[in-house]
Formats: sequence, structure tokens, C-alpha cells
Amino acid sequence: MALSYVLEPAVSGFNFENSTRNIVLENGSEEGKIKAPKPMKTGTTIAGVVYKDGVVLGADTRATSDEVVADKMCAKIHYIAPNIYCCGAGTAADTEKTTDMLSSNLTIFSMNSGRNPRVVMAVNILQDMLFRYRGMIGAHLILGGVDCTGSHLYTVGPYGSIDKVPYLAMGSGKLPAMGILEDRFKGNMDLEEAKALVSDAIHAGIMSDLGSGNNIDLCVITKEGVDYIRPHRESIYNYKRQAKYKYKPGTTPVLTKTVNQLELELVHETVQMMETAGSS
Amino acid sequence: MMMSAQAYGDKGKMKEYHYTGPVEHKFSPYAFNGGTVLAVAGEDFALVASDTRLSEGYSIHSRDSPKCYKLTDTTVIGCSGFHGDCLTLTKIIEARLKMYKHSNNKNMTSGAIAAMLSTILYGRRFFPYYVYNIIGGLDEEGRGAVYSFDPVGSYQRDTYKAGGSASAMLQPLLDNQIGFKNMENVEQVPLSLEKAVQLVKDVFISAAERDVYTGDALKICIITKEGVREEIVPLRKD
Repeated sequence: MALSYVLEPAVSGFNFENSTRNIVLENGSEEGKIKAPKPMKTGTTIAGVVYKDGVVLGADTRATSDEVVADKMCAKIHYIAPNIYCCGAGTAADTEKTTDMLSSNLTIFSMNSGRNPRVVMAVNILQDMLFRYRGMIGAHLILGGVDCTGSHLYTVGPYGSIDKVPYLAMGSGKLPAMGILEDRFKGNMDLEEAKALVSDAIHAGIMSDLGSGNNIDLCVITKEGVDYIRPHRESIYNYKRQAKYKYKPGTTPVLTKTVNQLELELVHETVQMMETAGSS
Repeated sequence: MMMSAQAYGDKGKMKEYHYTGPVEHKFSPYAFNGGTVLAVAGEDFALVASDTRLSEGYSIHSRDSPKCYKLTDTTVIGCSGFHGDCLTLTKIIEARLKMYKHSNNKNMTSGAIAAMLSTILYGRRFFPYYVYNIIGGLDEEGRGAVYSFDPVGSYQRDTYKAGGSASAMLQPLLDNQIGFKNMENVEQVPLSLEKAVQLVKDVFISAAERDVYTGDALKICIITKEGVREEIVPLRKD
């Protein structure tokens, strides 16, 4: 007896149904070439260093959309587990979702086994997923953490490659950052030295690379716990506008006005401050 | 991931690093070196301002490469786009100014320079100078004049104009603050020199926040009947 599926089973991987349509639209007729929207990249400098008692991760806070700064206070150091954090460079949405998914998976594992996840597990899950998507997920990650086997620092590339080294930099500003790390890295540094090194490496990326800028975030992970310092070093450039650009009420011309009264009852009011990069 | 020169596409901006199959690489004679220029004309003064950052792709070539060039005591030109063409174009303009001075025994007026530049640019209609020009100066009556160009020579006289990478961010603000557009019940005070300089500084501070190609320092050339005066103001370096 043949079974017929009422619902199509979910196909794994990306759905390329629209790719032929997109090609036709982009190459279209002479007048009507339509450009696909570009995803926002972080254009970043991220770095990590293993020191005596653990791992120090650092990142800048600028997110760019081509040549425009989209976010001046973007958080690039993502939480994976209480003892594992991950810096992400590349396409912003990809790094966010990949690290979120990884974090969820490891939380489920922790609950099932009653153990803290190990850094190798996180790396293997990431590598598996990114390789399966054949580089279409633009996530360049630096994973760092401390578990029962020690302190570890890994980098995972978008095609699924990994590298395990004591000091790393990724992103568009990796070359200047790597220069600083290669010059001053030594084994078994103490905390202040390690923080200064990572901070200076990110600073080199910020000054030399146009895709990185604004403030520096640091994350120090040790056996005892995590110190998430955001921001560690604020941008020294806080040139303020001299004149006031405020408009008096009545400046904007009102053409028509319609008022729809809504019957609402105020139940609960909360205020959440926006995180902005210092000056206006 | 290796970041070589091949990672940069035609316009000097980073390209997508995905393998898309066999790709034919072409040599592009142009590069985009960034930078923003701005000119404002007042009752008896003109301002030409530019940032001083020279970039290519995501790197900085120089933090001290201003884009305003003084042509005569009453005219300054701002050029942004491809730096190679900016340099050649300014050399050609300066040579033509000298020739005019020797033939006619007087300096070229702002309007004459603008008209000449238009023909120079159109002469290269089929292999253009990749330069966005804005001329600022005083006309024959001593009033401020701004002439804005496109890469092939179309030009018009304006009161204010922004060009270059952050032009789309600056122009609407100038339309509002100098042209008083989209505002009602506002006293339309003519722009004074101090207010114009203040506005230009504020506007570049904002542009440097959001445009990666604008920054390092701002150079303002102030043209009055006394001559050309320069002011340099620091901007974000990151």
C-alpha cells in the first residue's frame, strides 16, 4: 500500500527555488535592473589570546552596511555557555543566528548530562554545520573558553575549517591586529598584560581598517567565571556638534489630520535605555 | 582566510569571497579613493571644505591628503573620486590658467574656470575623469559662487553642494539648514560666515560618524575679498 505524504517533509539546507528568478531580475531588461538587497556585514576586528589563567577575547563595536556605519555599538562577543564565549565576524545575521543555535544546543546538552559543555564540543557542532552549508553562511568565528581540560582558543571559518592556536585575529582588520599579536605575544602572560595585548591588537585594527571602529569590548574567561567588559576602552573621538539643531513645534507643515481614538487601559510601563556609542 | 589584493573588486571595495565558478577578471583603470567635498556660497564669501583621508578598499593610504586645491585668489576647487585623475585634472587646470594669464593679462574669473572645466571634462566623454568637482569662489561682483560638476562636465551654479562619498548624507542637511527646505514658520536669515563655518564643521563631524571613507581631518578654505584663508579641524581617525 503506497503512503502519500500530505505535508512535504522539510527539506534541509537552503532553498534555492528563487535563484533562477533572482538571476533573471538582476540581469533583466535594460531599464529595469533590480539589485538584490545586500546583507549587513560586521567588517570587524576580533582577537583572542590564551593567558596563564584562561582566555581573553576582544572585539570592536562597528557594524557596516557597505560604506555606511549601521551600528556604532554592536555587540560582537556572543554568549555560548557560562564558560564559553564566541566573537563573530562576517555577515552579522549569520554570526548571530549561528551562535544562538550553538548556545541552545549546548544548553540542552548541559541539562541532559548535568555537565558544563567543553569547548571542543562547540567547535565540532559549528564545524559540522558550516561545512554542511558549504560556505553560504558567512560566519568567521573565534571561540574561546575554559573547561575541565583547560583553556582553549579556536577559530572556525565559514567553510568549516578550524585552527587551534594560542592567539588569533579575524575579520577585515585581522592583518593589523595579527601584527601586534605576533610582535608581543608570549606564553603564560598575566591578566593585565593579556588584556593590554588584546586591546592594543583591536586598537590597531580600528585605526588601520575602515570596517572597524568605535569602542573595544573585552571578555575574560577563567575557571572562576567570566568578566564581560563592555566597553573596555571607549573611543577617544567624541567631537560634538557646536550648534543646536532643534526644531520648534510647528516647523513641519501639517497637511491633513485624522484622529482615531483607541480605547486603551495602561497596564504596565517599562523603560529600556538604548545602548549608544557615547556621544550623540 | 587570506586577504590579498584579489579580494578587492573593481571599485576598490571588498568583494564577496565565495567561489561562484570561473570568473573573467578585467583590469579596471579606475579606483575609488573616497573623500567628501562641500562648498557653500554666501553674500560676500565662499567656503570649500574637504576631509583629508585617502583610502582604497578598507585601507587608508594617507590621513593628510586634502582635496581642495587653490586655483586663484578668488577660486578654490574641491575634487574627490579617483585620486590619480584628481591630480592630473588639477595639473591641467593650473596649466590652462597660466596660459590664459599669459594671453589675456588677467586672472580667470570663477565663472570662466567653471566653463573651461566643463569643456575639459567633456573632452574625455568616452574615457571620463573619475572625479566629482565642486568649484567655490567669488564672482565678478564679489558675491559667493559655487559650481558643481558631474564626471563628464555637466555643471550648474548653486548656493551649496556636497560631493563625494558622504554627499548623500550631507546634501539633505544642507538643503534644510541653508535652503530652509521642508520647514515652515522659520526666519530665513541669510547665512553669515561664522554660521557657515560652524555648520560645515558640524556636518563633517556627523559624516565622519557614519561614513567609513570620511575622517581624519577637515580642511576648510574660506574665500573672501581679502584672499583665501585655511582652517584645519580634527575628525575621527577610526
